[in-house]
Amino acid sequence: MQYPSARTANKPPSALSDPPLVRYLLTTIAILFLFLILVLPLILVFASALSQGFSLFFAALRDPDALAAIRLTLITAAIVVPLNTIFGLAAAWTITKFNFRGKSLLITLIDLPFAISPVVAGLIFVVIFGARGIFGPWLQAHNLPVIFALPGIVLATTFVTLPFVARELIPLMQTQGRDDEECAITLGANGWQTFRRVTLPNITWALLYGVVLCNARAMGEFGAVSIVSGHIRGVTNTMPLHIEVLYNDYQFTAAFAVASLLALLAMATLLIKFFIEHYHRRQINAGTGD
Amino acid sequence: MKSRTVKQQHVIPGFGLTLGFTLTYAGLLILLPLAGFFHLTAQNTWQGFISKAILNPRVIAAYRLSFTSAAVAAAINTIFGGLLAWVFVRYRFPGRRLGDALVDLPFALPTAVSGIALTTLYAPKGWLGQWLVPLGVRVAYAPLGIILALTLIGLPFVVRTVQPALLDLEGELEEAAASLGASRGQTFFRVILPAITPALISGFTLAFARAVGEFGSVYFIAGNMPMRTEIAPLLILIKLEQYDYPGAAAIGTIMLLVSFLLLLTINFLQTWSSKRRTN
Repeated sequence: MQYPSARTANKPPSALSDPPLVRYLLTTIAILFLFLILVLPLILVFASALSQGFSLFFAALRDPDALAAIRLTLITAAIVVPLNTIFGLAAAWTITKFNFRGKSLLITLIDLPFAISPVVAGLIFVVIFGARGIFGPWLQAHNLPVIFALPGIVLATTFVTLPFVARELIPLMQTQGRDDEECAITLGANGWQTFRRVTLPNITWALLYGVVLCNARAMGEFGAVSIVSGHIRGVTNTMPLHIEVLYNDYQFTAAFAVASLLALLAMATLLIKFFIEHYHRRQINAGTGD
Repeated sequence: MKSRTVKQQHVIPGFGLTLGFTLTYAGLLILLPLAGFFHLTAQNTWQGFISKAILNPRVIAAYRLSFTSAAVAAAINTIFGGLLAWVFVRYRFPGRRLGDALVDLPFALPTAVSGIALTTLYAPKGWLGQWLVPLGVRVAYAPLGIILALTLIGLPFVVRTVQPALLDLEGELEEAAASLGASRGQTFFRVILPAITPALISGFTLAFARAVGEFGSVYFIAGNMPMRTEIAPLLILIKLEQYDYPGAAAIGTIMLLVSFLLLLTINFLQTWSSKRRTN
């Protein structure tokens, strides 16, 4: 966030500011709303996870199915996040450093996964790669499982999280312009040197935030993955799907134990953003508002 | 001709490589699957498509529930998200930074986690449910719970859209209104509110678009009773579990068309509001 104008930072004249009573009332309502809708559920996750003591909490996490789910989630994120990061960098470079026809169309295409329901995203891949889909019979004949297997989970997750890094970089690189890069090229740097020594230092923090957000979403995706995974316990269950299985089995403490790991991940993500906003305000400003 | 323009524009190298990679990646992951999907649904006859996607009471009930609860949640978010943005931008109080950072939580918190947390809070024996259910207020396993879950996930969209608009607001306008004798209330409703209306509308649309497709959090709290608390994405899942691919694809097609329409609206709104801001 930017600093407010000097006028609001200093004490504003009374005709221009709200009366104290209004100010306190509005602030109280806002805080109450925030507490009720965001803070209370978050507290409940940790309270429920630890309600039966630490031993049960750790037992739930050491369960073989839980470990398998954690491993699958980590593997998926380890494939998806680097892919979408490279894509985000390439897309942002091509969109912000060059003029070409159909640029706004390309931006809309990149935004598309944000607009599509995760369930529909999963459905699209089932319809194409599923047993009765376009490539289904061919894949089955060659013993290449996609749906109800890791490739399907990776595909669906990549689709859902595709815009995150690009979306964080494009507005920032647009405001930074091309002068620095053009200067470096004129002075004899090659493309790779220019990218590494000039562009990358300018976008490090926005890139980091995009990656962290993409990672949180990749590890937490539920709708798309639940369609393509087939819910095979210990094999194709990711952490969110394992939470669902436990919750529907009335194993609430275990469900919240796994959920608390994902909640911690979300809080770490926010913490990183908080840190970046404080110490690297200039870089993030352009990227807000999405 | 072509080589001349290429030379003129591209001092910076890497155009062919990055554009090629971007197009291939987005094409393979987005365009090709979408094209395949539409190709398959196009094999339906019109009559079959309409009877599966539209003329079915259970499907109609699901659309109605999805769209109305998304609209109500987006409206709640427009009011409270606008209020939060106002409070964060205009007032100074302890914990403001923390509250502001917390607004992004729904971006990072998996929907399955918020889903089971909300359900447990409002279940008949939950922290809040034990007080609300005796009063006759059913949140979990009722439409109210769906609205609550959709409000949670849509909140940051409104706050993060309205905040920049409030920051852009020039103090001179309010000073002019005050010096011309307007009360604070008049200044707010005649000067400030019209200036941030485009941002509020954009925020509403973004929150609505996100809510219409949401599945994870709603799945847990809705109770999923046919005709009553079944949202459209859930119906797709049910059809797939019954191996009714054409039925699932038909509903998915309608949802996709709605998504495209919303994306176009959002693009239009954003150009409109940025134009208004520069004027």
